[in-house]
Amino acid sequence: MGDILEVQGLTKTFRLSARQQKLEKTSEKVRTAVNQLSFTARQGEIFGLLGPNGAGKTTTLRLLATLIRPDSGDALVDGASVVREPDKVRGRIGFLTSELKLEDCFTPNYLFNFFAALHKVAPEVRDQRRTALFQRFGIDRFAEVKVANLSTGMKQKVSLVVSIVHDPDIIIFDEPTNGLDVLTARVVTDFLEQLRGEGKTIIVSTHIFSLIEKLCDRVGIIISGRMTVCDTLERVKDGMALEDRFFEIYKETAGDAE
Amino acid sequence: MKNSIFTIMRKELARFFGDRRMVVSILLPGVLVYLMYSFMGSAMGDAFGVDEDYIPAIQAVRLPESVEALLGEADLPAAEASGAEAAKEAVAAQELDLLLVFPEGFDGAVAEYDIRSGQSAPNVEVYYNSASTNSTFVYRTVAALLDAYEAQMVNKFDVNAGDAVYDLATAEDTTGSFFAMLMPMLLMMFLYSGCAAVAPESIAGEKERGTIATMLITPIRRSDIALGKILALAVISTVSAASSTIGTVLSLPKMMGGVTDGLKTDIYSVQDYLLLAAVILSTVLVLVTLTSILSAFAKTIKEAQTYAMPVMLLSMGLGITGMFGGGASQELTAYCIPLYNCVQCMTGVFSFSTLPVGVGITVGVNFLVTLLGVFVLAKMFNSEKIIFAR
Repeated sequence: MGDILEVQGLTKTFRLSARQQKLEKTSEKVRTAVNQLSFTARQGEIFGLLGPNGAGKTTTLRLLATLIRPDSGDALVDGASVVREPDKVRGRIGFLTSELKLEDCFTPNYLFNFFAALHKVAPEVRDQRRTALFQRFGIDRFAEVKVANLSTGMKQKVSLVVSIVHDPDIIIFDEPTNGLDVLTARVVTDFLEQLRGEGKTIIVSTHIFSLIEKLCDRVGIIISGRMTVCDTLERVKDGMALEDRFFEIYKETAGDAE
Repeated sequence: MKNSIFTIMRKELARFFGDRRMVVSILLPGVLVYLMYSFMGSAMGDAFGVDEDYIPAIQAVRLPESVEALLGEADLPAAEASGAEAAKEAVAAQELDLLLVFPEGFDGAVAEYDIRSGQSAPNVEVYYNSASTNSTFVYRTVAALLDAYEAQMVNKFDVNAGDAVYDLATAEDTTGSFFAMLMPMLLMMFLYSGCAAVAPESIAGEKERGTIATMLITPIRRSDIALGKILALAVISTVSAASSTIGTVLSLPKMMGGVTDGLKTDIYSVQDYLLLAAVILSTVLVLVTLTSILSAFAKTIKEAQTYAMPVMLLSMGLGITGMFGGGASQELTAYCIPLYNCVQCMTGVFSFSTLPVGVGITVGVNFLVTLLGVFVLAKMFNSEKIIFAR
């Protein structure tokens, strides 16, 4: 299968405010969150971005989702550039992260239809998808309950369903199982595997080793904004448990940094 | 493209009108304005009025026959006071409304008095208690009677003593100048408070709750989001302003009491109302755009409301300019300044001095400003510094 996502030398810096500088006891005015990051993802695979907190995983995903713009570099999503054609990219990806919230005062039904309209999904297709997805995630019983009155897990499921309302070929999940109970987390991971079976490409970011080992075909390890290793899961593990291998790599890289 | 604008607009309207508290908060000002003005009107009437069948308690010392007859005619009978000091105490204690103290031989002294003598005229002392509404009322009535009696004795000429109508202003003039003074300020205030009540909630609120980013990752154009929001907010603000305006117009007669007797509200033609509607709607767009941009800068609803305050004062200040200057400006440049042009147009419509070209320029300028605002807002929605500011 061909590469559907090509990330080429993405770099993103943030300006540190005076207060942040004081808090972190640093005199640097600019922080590089993502540094010359490159990787590719193929059609029909689950690609995992692994890294500690603050490594730049979420920033990378936000760059891919066109929520923020890179300082340099580019990413081609199914041929569309995140820098030059963000509108096209937005139509081709589904993005789910805990920072994207749904309005409390609406029902899952309303929100699904609203986002379907923004994605210009035809009403018949929309209704079919809604019925199937709501049933799959058990949302059908809560379809007319305001989001404010749903449990955390159910809210997360609604967010997930809404993010793929347009049946995108590339799905980007930031920490897909964070804050979910074991049952809901299982429903989500099963669903991701199902999507892969349908030929979708899935990019997940996480710091949970077991999730990567269970789901991912290929994995990229990000440390301090740089891609240190990027290969198939088996090759990255190199015959070790992923956790042990990660710490080995981390020590090497951190050693380099120092 | 149009569909996306309508989708956003429908969502915004569903959000507001689906929330009972929001609807109440939009319509409540109108009801409150009506109740408050009506209450103020009737309370002021009560405070300065006296029951019609009230019998005043008046005492007098050395009451001359002439004045006794005068008071008798006016149904204000006065009793002879047993002692001046005791009666003063009674007035102070609000047991007695009025005490009249006449000089010795009042009638004779008045008849003999010659203004050219340079001596002071005979003095009538009238004691009253300003803390008592009844006493104040009786004092005014009796003082007016005595003044009239004095004027009658030295009558050399009269002013407006005939039966003719001397005020040659038409009902239209009276109403026009009254409304032209009051309404531009009130309308500007209501329009702005309508906008300020909804824009921070819709834009800074969405930023604060993290729901705007969910919309920003869809392929919809930023300008469609901006325009959809502005149009929806304009509808809501207009409803809110209409509620306040209806409340005011209904309670105005009660508020002003007798002052509005000469006023007729049916003097404005359909054309006047249409002009007014065009001006108001285009102004709402400008105000909503302005508050939306301010709200987009803010990180939280509270911050947005703080930013809205200076603009509130500005638009009220502009509203007040309608009170002065006598009618609408005839200078076309006045109609090129957003918001100020609206006050000029409203003053013009209410005082029948509309400059049609001015109204045209106003509506045109307002649409241009709104378009510019939509452009700016769309740019802001595209800016990660603004959308993800923390």
